[in-house]
Amino acid sequence: MTDRHGTDRQTTDRQTPTGLQSPRALRRVQKTLSERPGARGKPPAAPAEEALSHPFLELVRARLREFYREPGILFWVFGFPLVMALALGIAFRQKQPSLPEVAVVRTGETIAARELEQKLIKSPRLHARSLDPAHAERELARTKVDLVLEIGESGLVYRFDPMQDRAPLARAVTDDVAQSAAGRKDPLKATEITGAQLGSRYIDFLIPGLIGLNLMGSSLWSIGYNLVVQRKRRLLRRFAVTPMQRSHLLLSYMASRFLFLVAEVVILVLFGIALFGTKVQGSYLDLMLFALLGGGSFAGISLLIGARLENAEVASGWMNLVQLPMWVVSGCFFSYERFPEWSHAFIEALPLTALVNALRAIYNDGAAFSALGPQALVLGLWGIVPFAIALRTFKWQ
Amino acid sequence: MQPPISCKSLVKKYGDKTAVAGIDLVVPKGSCFGLLGPNGAGKTTTVEMLEGLHKPTSGTIELFGIRWGTGRDQDIRARMGVALQETQLADKQTVREVLRLFRSFYPAGRSVDDVLRSVNLVPEQNQRFHTLSGGQKQRVALATALVGDPELLFLDEPTTGLDPRARQSLWAVVEAFRAEGGTVVLTTHYMDEAAALCDDIAVMDLGRFIAQGSPAELIDSLGDVQFVEFEVGSAPPSFVPDVLSSCPAVRHVEDRRGRLRLTIDRDLEALSAVLSELKQRGVVPVGLSSHQATLDDVFLHLTGKELGHD
Repeated sequence: MTDRHGTDRQTTDRQTPTGLQSPRALRRVQKTLSERPGARGKPPAAPAEEALSHPFLELVRARLREFYREPGILFWVFGFPLVMALALGIAFRQKQPSLPEVAVVRTGETIAARELEQKLIKSPRLHARSLDPAHAERELARTKVDLVLEIGESGLVYRFDPMQDRAPLARAVTDDVAQSAAGRKDPLKATEITGAQLGSRYIDFLIPGLIGLNLMGSSLWSIGYNLVVQRKRRLLRRFAVTPMQRSHLLLSYMASRFLFLVAEVVILVLFGIALFGTKVQGSYLDLMLFALLGGGSFAGISLLIGARLENAEVASGWMNLVQLPMWVVSGCFFSYERFPEWSHAFIEALPLTALVNALRAIYNDGAAFSALGPQALVLGLWGIVPFAIALRTFKWQ
Repeated sequence: MQPPISCKSLVKKYGDKTAVAGIDLVVPKGSCFGLLGPNGAGKTTTVEMLEGLHKPTSGTIELFGIRWGTGRDQDIRARMGVALQETQLADKQTVREVLRLFRSFYPAGRSVDDVLRSVNLVPEQNQRFHTLSGGQKQRVALATALVGDPELLFLDEPTTGLDPRARQSLWAVVEAFRAEGGTVVLTTHYMDEAAALCDDIAVMDLGRFIAQGSPAELIDSLGDVQFVEFEVGSAPPSFVPDVLSSCPAVRHVEDRRGRLRLTIDRDLEALSAVLSELKQRGVVPVGLSSHQATLDDVFLHLTGKELGHD
């Protein structure tokens, strides 16, 4: 029986009417013949389709098919983060700064007073309207305007409520505009350079956070949950009684995960660039390396969750237990600096925090991989330790 | 030539619970061995140990003369095929893709097309698994077992839940496998299936083989008996069983919720004696039937349970 392996028996046609000889017996004869050198020519080539079948590649292909034939999963992995980025990006987009609201009441009839009134109304630094005194008083009382400016024959009178936040600023800006219009000469030359710093907007903060969040969700669910489902369906038990290399199954899960992970990251990065003008200051390679490290870390945790469970609902519970605290504290949507000082060390030891911090540093500060050692260490430990435990405790049936 | 399966004094304990309490078994090449027993009898544990999924607590298992766990597990697995009941083989894959996947695990084996023809799934080869009928799914499960061209086939309740035609077509595939010299181990809940396919049957209960032999031997072990069943209303008059018991041809009377089941001598006189006894007493038997002993009767006699209804 030692000749079983490596002998190509695919070409045997079992459908041949055999008379006395069974196909199995025929095959034995063919085998004996083919083993004698020169007894037969080259065995006919197996069909190309079968010839390519390496078990690992077949397993990866099977995983990918399970994935792309399920439109629901495609939406949750690729569509949902984009919808979230879009919604949050729009909600927190930079607003135009609102201008001081000023009611101008002109009591003086001089040409200078009229000119000043017009200049204030046209100034781009104010939103000034000309009102009669009673109307202006009412608008101030209702805080429809921040300030009432009376232009008299002999000077200006500012009326405002100092308890209103915007009033002192409105007074300063209005006075500055008025004094300059009246010909004030400033002793010092002042130049203004305006515009938001790249990487300081909320969307710049948000996109790396969403990448991290998405990697956590997809990596956790795609491995552990599917393993539990396959165990429940007795598919793992079925695989375990074939000569399949057991490591091939787990590696195929990892491989298909990483293929999708690259796609997820690319889509979110491109989305940020196209819609919100975000920019990756550091290297794309470093960004992708950290994304893979993060994905691997969550894959390890996921494998541990899926190593023994047989119940999909219980597995879901564990996934959520892992995910939810990190959703809140790891600084995806807002900085974890807002939590008390003592908690920062714990928060920074969480894999999602490490991943998001590293992605953000590469994204917005142009940090290099080498500068992110602590984050890489945290992610590495969270990946390797659960992975090792999972391999030791894994249940096939 | 080493037999495909040989095991001695096989024991499996889970904590202080004994699932398998000492089994000896040899399955010769080319035979079909059937393992029967009520749920919880230890069938599944036994088969899973044979398949190398569990280590026995004590005792030895050799498949083709090779023990599990001696570094040659892959050699054993390459020579066996397993068809499980109700394996939900990946829903989103087509029949062909599932078979390609399983074929890739084996160093040598049959071509996917060949196996598709054997199990009559050529027209369905590009359908996704979840769209198949129960019988078709079972045939895919069987095909995944055949694609590695095994010498030994494990079948786990292969026709449970199938209609008679689907069962027949599945049996035909198994017969064809045997015709080529293949060896089969079958667990089933159906006596007719065991009678149709098996040369050797073991009835298992509480972790032991309580009877073993060919179907004919097992039936003969009941002795020269036949069975008579009838009803005498919802509650039979209490004197009826007693009177019948005293009848010389009657060996055993069982009252099964209003339906009486009599084990009597296997001759016509015995039957007519029972009937005239009933007539004398003015008892009218309703739904009277009599039959020769079958494997079902053997099972009922041995375990006190009806197979599949425990």
